[in-house]
Amino acid sequence: MAKPILTIKNLTKKYGENAVFHNIDLTVNEGDTIVIIGPSGTGKSTLLRCVNLLTYANEGQIWLDDMEITAKECDEDRVRQHIGMVFQNFLLFNHLTALDNVMLGLTKVKRMKADAAKEKAMHELNRVGLADRADHYPGQLSGGQQQRVAIARALAMDPRIMLFDEPTSALDPELIGEVLEVMRKLALEGMTMLVVTHEMGFAREVADRIVFLEKGSIVEQGSPDELFYHPKNERTREFLWKITELYGKKEEGK
Amino acid sequence: MDVARFLQYIASGTAYTVGVTLIALPSGLLLGTLLALLNVYSGKVSKWLTSLYSTVMRGIPPIVLLFILYFIVSGSINLSPFLAGSISLGIVSSAYQMEIIRGAILSVSGGQMMAARAIGMSKRQAIRNVILPQTLRLAIPPWSNEAAIVIKDSSLVYALGVPEILRRAPLISASTQEPFLAYAAAAAIYFILVFITSRVLDRLEIRLRIPANP
Repeated sequence: MAKPILTIKNLTKKYGENAVFHNIDLTVNEGDTIVIIGPSGTGKSTLLRCVNLLTYANEGQIWLDDMEITAKECDEDRVRQHIGMVFQNFLLFNHLTALDNVMLGLTKVKRMKADAAKEKAMHELNRVGLADRADHYPGQLSGGQQQRVAIARALAMDPRIMLFDEPTSALDPELIGEVLEVMRKLALEGMTMLVVTHEMGFAREVADRIVFLEKGSIVEQGSPDELFYHPKNERTREFLWKITELYGKKEEGK
Repeated sequence: MDVARFLQYIASGTAYTVGVTLIALPSGLLLGTLLALLNVYSGKVSKWLTSLYSTVMRGIPPIVLLFILYFIVSGSINLSPFLAGSISLGIVSSAYQMEIIRGAILSVSGGQMMAARAIGMSKRQAIRNVILPQTLRLAIPPWSNEAAIVIKDSSLVYALGVPEILRRAPLISASTQEPFLAYAAAAAIYFILVFITSRVLDRLEIRLRIPANP
């Protein structure tokens, strides 16, 4: 029986009168990769930020393992340590080298000794194939390399789950592959992941479940095969057809 | 007055000018940074209060403020005119430095704060380890301008009776009957101090610049 790492119940987020999303229910089991797809402006990114408590939901609850992280008495800094987040625009700390970017959370948040933190950080950089770039500053790295450092920075905290917010959307097409490759490897290693992306090839190949979000609610979810070949909902079919046509050509061209 | 005494007299006046600046600038930076952080990160009430502070302080001529602050400072604690004047000048400068730091904080993207919070840092840790190191680098060029202003404004403590360069100029002028030379010497000293300071800060900016590919 798979163990749920993340449980979202009845989550609603509003800005004023407008609901960004409403009554979202979602469970992510240990080791699963869940991909969220959907048109822009349907609250995918906001949903991830709610999970990481970077913004607050108006209603509903979220559990990380058995702990309710939306509870009032919950220590949010502590929660975020256990949830890795990768952003669309990388957001590396610009004044620090790749190594120091990965080390900062270890020394300041986990209060590890410098030696141990450095060793751990080098291990994580190695995992994303960038040990040889440890001394480079973000401004000296390509977008793909920056995003891999960002992944290493999140991994270094040994998170229970990794959230990816359109991790390849800001990248030049030829740099997307190296980031997806790292993510694919993570999924194989059994990392629990919740991924917002438009990369249908990745979704089809890696996802255990795809969730189609539109206008703030979950229209349909299921295995890649179910969604791609037997979508129950007309909107799902339409969206997948459009996006596969758009992105599929690019993939074939690779 | 012989040349040696004349030079010594000027040197000790210069020491006062440098002293006033060395107290006023860092205390203004400290206070200004604190105010800027309160303004950006501490909710509506502190934003409003710090904005009010900045608007009022920057709307009054420094010399007027200096007198008011001097009487407040020296009225509450027993300080020499030198110390009270320097601190008052620092307070005047804090409003301008607050705006410099605030601008720099705002130009470090909000994403940096978000990324720091995302790995579990508290707001305080994020400000210290991520926001300020970037902010202070960005602030060096505009801060260099404020440093020049404070060096020159240190002449205002003349009015409080501190024997800095400008206060010595008329005395020298009277004893040597050479008013042009006396004031020209004062001007040259201010110029040299400002020149050296801005050169040093330019160097600092280059040294601390974050490496990036062109």
